Amino acid sequence: MTNIRPQDAVIEVRDARVSFGAVKALDGVTLAIQPGECVGLVGHNGAGKSTIVNVINGGLTPHEGRVALGGKLIEKYNVKVARDHGVRCVFQELSLCPNLTVTENTRIMHRSLAGWGWRKKASAVVRAKLDEIFPGHRIPVGALVGDLTIAERQMVEIATAFSEVIQKVRLIILDEPTSSLDAGLAAQLLAFVRAFVKTGGSVIFISHILGEILSTCDRIVVMKDGKVVAARPSEGCTEHSLVESMGSVVKGPSARSIREINTGEPVLSAARHAGKGLPLKAHRGEIIGLAGLGGHGQTETLIDIYLKESGNWVRERAPKVAFIAGDRRLNGVFPLWSIIKNMSIGHLSDLSTKGFIRRQDEAKLVENWKSKIEIRTKDVENGILSLSGGNQQKVLFARALATRADAVLMDDPTRGVDIGTKQEVYSILRSEADKGRTFIWYSTEMDEICLCDRVYVFNSGVIVAELTGDQVTEKNILAASFRSAAA
Amino acid sequence: MISIKLLLEKPWIWSFVAAAIVWFVTIMFTGGASAYGLSQAALTFAAFSIIVGIGQMFVITLGPGNIDLSVPATMTLSGTIALKLMGGADSMVVPGLLVAVAIGVAVGVGNYGLIKLLRIPPIIATLSMSFIVQSTAIWANRGLRIKPPAILADFTTSMTLGVPNVAWIALGLSIVAYWLLQKLIYGRWVSAIGQNILAARMTGIPVDGVRIVTYVLCAVLASVCGFLLANFSGGAALNMGSEYLLMSIAVVVIGGTAVAGGNSNVPGIWGASLFMFLVVSMLNTYGFDAGIRLIMTGIIIIGVIVLAGGHNSEQR
Repeated sequence: MTNIRPQDAVIEVRDARVSFGAVKALDGVTLAIQPGECVGLVGHNGAGKSTIVNVINGGLTPHEGRVALGGKLIEKYNVKVARDHGVRCVFQELSLCPNLTVTENTRIMHRSLAGWGWRKKASAVVRAKLDEIFPGHRIPVGALVGDLTIAERQMVEIATAFSEVIQKVRLIILDEPTSSLDAGLAAQLLAFVRAFVKTGGSVIFISHILGEILSTCDRIVVMKDGKVVAARPSEGCTEHSLVESMGSVVKGPSARSIREINTGEPVLSAARHAGKGLPLKAHRGEIIGLAGLGGHGQTETLIDIYLKESGNWVRERAPKVAFIAGDRRLNGVFPLWSIIKNMSIGHLSDLSTKGFIRRQDEAKLVENWKSKIEIRTKDVENGILSLSGGNQQKVLFARALATRADAVLMDDPTRGVDIGTKQEVYSILRSEADKGRTFIWYSTEMDEICLCDRVYVFNSGVIVAELTGDQVTEKNILAASFRSAAA
Repeated sequence: MISIKLLLEKPWIWSFVAAAIVWFVTIMFTGGASAYGLSQAALTFAAFSIIVGIGQMFVITLGPGNIDLSVPATMTLSGTIALKLMGGADSMVVPGLLVAVAIGVAVGVGNYGLIKLLRIPPIIATLSMSFIVQSTAIWANRGLRIKPPAILADFTTSMTLGVPNVAWIALGLSIVAYWLLQKLIYGRWVSAIGQNILAARMTGIPVDGVRIVTYVLCAVLASVCGFLLANFSGGAALNMGSEYLLMSIAVVVIGGTAVAGGNSNVPGIWGASLFMFLVVSMLNTYGFDAGIRLIMTGIIIIGVIVLAGGHNSEQR
């Protein structure tokens, strides 16, 4: 394999850059996939794995950089070019149509299965591939996809991607394919991947289960903050060394001061999820971090706590909890309103007399917070949507911090907020916590989690670990993220 | 100049412009002779649309899918029961009004109860409620036609300072509604829920509390309107509310309230209510037959919505 020249790569992405607003999703990534190799792609959430996958499968055109196929630069690279070249992708979110049968879904993926008797041909193709990858699978190809279990759907999706009708399959991207398969099926898939690679095919394999990556891949690429931070043969790598390179290389001094562990009555608590894992408790003046891979139940936990602690029928003079949204559009911003109304809405009971809003006090509050966290606008009467995303987020911060709530729940609130403001926010949080406020903070940024007094690590909706004081390190958190819950 | 520009940016201005044009065209036809009479009639009949329209406006502001279709039935029931209770006696006026309000509260609570407990969409919940309410009205009425107390019949049909009394009542209620929306926390909450109900819940707004109050408010306004209308027209009739279903929704939409919720507009309801009455009288004056009249009404309403809609996008 070593004697193959780089221009023979199945696909090569050179210096790709993609940014979404202020966020650099890809910051100069170069990646070449040789024929007959399996490349493992690892990295924390938001490291840019999905973005590079989208660039490779043609779904996303990089703002800068080139894509070359078989050594030839392609000017207009897109999904069709990718498919014609034999690049296929198995998506993390299943992409089959649930109202169609397995056979019909195969037809959608392979347009060349046309004409009289396509049903027969498609059935044969997909059945053969399923038998080959997952011997003894027992999936009827005439069944509606919606009636299959999630594991069976994943199997069908994998089989249709590997099926060859006219064009040869050169590169398959497997984006967390084993997350819904049990150990036996996963082993079958990994064995098939090895066999496929031996015959000259290429695979990009993304998984959070590092053991799989190490046993299956020839080469491992580690991404962090939109960059490739390590690319080396898998021999010589260990889980430990991978976890280490996924973390930040240089770390500033920790702003966290070790605080005595509070054992009193918790301000907030959440029971164990479905009887598994650990319960959540938050004491007065604590900053609690919720860590783990994204989408593993952190946001849901915050929302559950909020709904439990706040009333839905009558007005509360002093709310117990406040919430800062991360998904602004979904549960944060009131799009028709001005900045001033968006900021004061959580605090109105303190800005009113007998239900009448005191406009001067409202304006005073908003001006105060505007200068405190530097919301960049000429006039707070402007619409909230006139602000950039980061500045909208600042308004949501102010909305929650201005209330008298004892506890503030934060759902990854610093997305798109610039570094300066982040530092400002961190110091506000710390001083508020010292005054006795409690924060529960879900963040996808490791640096932020490391600012917390205590951290709960989530996996599949369950708290799998609790880290306190000195245990709160990047390494421990990453290691715990892959642990499964004790019943 | 600046003030004219500001005025043109208001979404409610278009309903007034439309009403003024229609008024003028009608007067032209009669050579100016009917100006006073037409204005009086317009204010009187518009008043009833304004009262139910305000209630519907609050409900529509709650966001997509929120609507109260029980308005006509509530009007009929409250008119029927109140007149029956008063039995034409002047001394029973206050209890009659109280009963009308109580009916409104009951219907409103019932509406939201159906929406919340059975988790059915407001359009179906309020429609089913309206069957129950209408049937109750039929059962209570039994073909009796009871005259209203003389004092109320007088009051609703006469004028103060040259303006019909019912228009004064509508004005009073409009000012209260404007206050509720602009000055009170409640108004902010209604608007917040209409824009983003999830965000509203997550900022500590008691969403269910606000919504039930709003549905009750709408039903109470409908029953007060039914009470006034029954007294005005000399007795309750089973079909007295029927035209107010379309009317209550149309005046809200033409008046520049956002159909998608979150943004309400009290002055616009006045312009729209006057416009709706004037269109019908204009077409009557020009002597069109019923079929043409309905078609023209529809076309004109669509035209005004298109015109006003174009100026609504920059709302805050």
